[in-house]
Amino acid sequence: MPHKPQAHTDYWRANLRILARLLVLWFIVSFGFGILLVEPLNSIRIPGTGFKLGFWFAQQGSIYAFVLIIFYYVRRMNRLDREHGVQED
Amino acid sequence: MSVREWTYAIVVVSFALYIGIAIWAKAKTTKDFYVAGGDVSPLANGMATAADWMSAASFLGMAGIIAFAGYDGSVYLMGWTGGYVLLALLLAPYLRKFGKFTVPDFIGDRYYSQSARIVAVFCAIFVSFTYVAGQMRGVGIVFSRFLEVPVTTGVLIGMAIVFFYAVLGGMKGITYTQVAQYCVLIFAYLVPAIFISLMVTGNPIPQLGFGGQDLASGEWLLDKLDGLHQQLGFAAYTEGSKGMLDMFCITAALMVGTAGLPHVIIRFYTVPKVRDARISVGWALLFISILYTTAPAVAVFARTNLIQEVEGRAYAEDVDAAETVPTWFKTWEGTDLIAWRDKNNDGRVQYRAGAPFLGKPAFVEGTGDNGERLVANEKTDNANELYVDRDIMVLANPEIAKLPAWVIGLVAAGALAAALSTAAGLLLVVSSAISHDLLKRALRPNITEKGELLAARVSAAVAVGIAGVLGIYPPDYVAAVVAFAFGLAASSFFPAIIMGIFSRRMNKQGAVAGMVCGIVFTATYIIYFKFIDSGPGSQDRWWWGISPEGIGSVGMLLNFAVALTISKLTPPPPQAVQDMVDSIRIPAASRKEG
Repeated sequence: MPHKPQAHTDYWRANLRILARLLVLWFIVSFGFGILLVEPLNSIRIPGTGFKLGFWFAQQGSIYAFVLIIFYYVRRMNRLDREHGVQED
Repeated sequence: MSVREWTYAIVVVSFALYIGIAIWAKAKTTKDFYVAGGDVSPLANGMATAADWMSAASFLGMAGIIAFAGYDGSVYLMGWTGGYVLLALLLAPYLRKFGKFTVPDFIGDRYYSQSARIVAVFCAIFVSFTYVAGQMRGVGIVFSRFLEVPVTTGVLIGMAIVFFYAVLGGMKGITYTQVAQYCVLIFAYLVPAIFISLMVTGNPIPQLGFGGQDLASGEWLLDKLDGLHQQLGFAAYTEGSKGMLDMFCITAALMVGTAGLPHVIIRFYTVPKVRDARISVGWALLFISILYTTAPAVAVFARTNLIQEVEGRAYAEDVDAAETVPTWFKTWEGTDLIAWRDKNNDGRVQYRAGAPFLGKPAFVEGTGDNGERLVANEKTDNANELYVDRDIMVLANPEIAKLPAWVIGLVAAGALAAALSTAAGLLLVVSSAISHDLLKRALRPNITEKGELLAARVSAAVAVGIAGVLGIYPPDYVAAVVAFAFGLAASSFFPAIIMGIFSRRMNKQGAVAGMVCGIVFTATYIIYFKFIDSGPGSQDRWWWGISPEGIGSVGMLLNFAVALTISKLTPPPPQAVQDMVDSIRIPAASRKEG
């Protein structure tokens, strides 16, 4: 493959920044809201439902968030690929 | 039509469909056999991954586990879905760019070491067989329960079907049958869930229904269930009893283990591009989450129904109908999954926290005063009189909700689809590990394409045979051994692959030392606390209160620490390997390779 060290380094750094942000989010919705903060969050009710917030994150919310995180990642990475000229077509 | 006729009809039609697809998708080359030709569409791959991932345990067992564990069951929900985020962000795109066919391929090439490759081959085979034993057993159990054939016959029928499309079609046959199997299993899961949600809460969407009000009393359903739990001496349903650190570690081990399981990873070699690998993880998780967000709702409905319809009811039939246990109670008692021991001799079922007697029920001849089946187990001194196997939650749901006969047949077909699709994916890992990694890459590099394809088919056939034997004669503690699969994947493959991608400096010495330490530590802990010191009270001796299910996350940290330290002290990997790492990080050049 043609070597473009600087462009590739920039691409990789940008990629790592996106990963770091999304993994923080991933951690917060599952380990954060679903486990570590579950007790304080359970004192809050989702209005109009019987869900305690912490319980809801542990059994529903975290899963929805995971799906959104991946689909956002796909869009963001496809854009990043184009910005750095490393897309596949 | 009766329940049995419906079940036969639906199962036969679905099997005919799988066989038809297998004939259409016959593998012609090794690339077809290992990675379905590498041109599967991302949407189809997502569906196939979802079917591959959701096993008999997900389909039959998960709602039951959550129904009995309440909030504590969240570890499985988060653990088995959150792993896909790691897979999408940290593994799938890079492994797709790497190309090739298997996980040991990557480990062997990245760490320029035949011994690393062979260690990876044995880990992959061990993890896959551990898992597949449970699937074949699941097939046998579903057959015996719904079609009234012996478990062994059921396993043999399942083997014949898997043999047909795995041996003939390889990954190509498996992928397209899995797409069909996903459709069957998700439909079969949702139909009863929607009916029950409507019945209990008036809301057709189960995910919203279990946060709604109970139609009968107008109370919030979850509050009502918490109340019932506390009345009977259980911990509140929405609050846990596990320690927070243990919850954390189990969730982490399951997430990381999921991302490190070879049968999941290889699915992302089957799509044409890096971009497709990314989006197909998204589709996979979307399809998985449909079942995984429904399961906790089913758990709440089933748990509430169980308590309300059983607690305080009389067993004997001569009492007023509204006061006796429902008919399904006796049906499932007949299959050994429910047992009742009238400790206080009042003729009524008393359901409380704690085990009613020691161990699984050992039924003996004869019946008690009320007509119940007798058990020989030594009774415990708590007030609980009822034993309920967790697996019946999904199986009995259609009966509890009085759904039409075809729904019950559908559930049987769905459970079979879940078990068969997972079994096939696992068997392919075993076959490719033997024919590709061991034979082609290590022992006989000069083997011809035809020879390798033949070897792949033969090893798939042998693997089906072994899986069948494991299903007919299941090793003890199958459930305990599954903790192994995740612990092992978490403490070995996952760190090795991650560092192979994200650290250019990681070398052979570091990676091998890390894998060995991770596996030895995790395996020792699991073996010790599952088999040697597993009695009551052993929990108090767990390190930092972490259960064997969660120890894989500690093993993973140990792997990372050892690998990073050792690699600092030893020479960096050769330039060619560092170039390879650079190349897998960038999508563009992937079009050049085969």
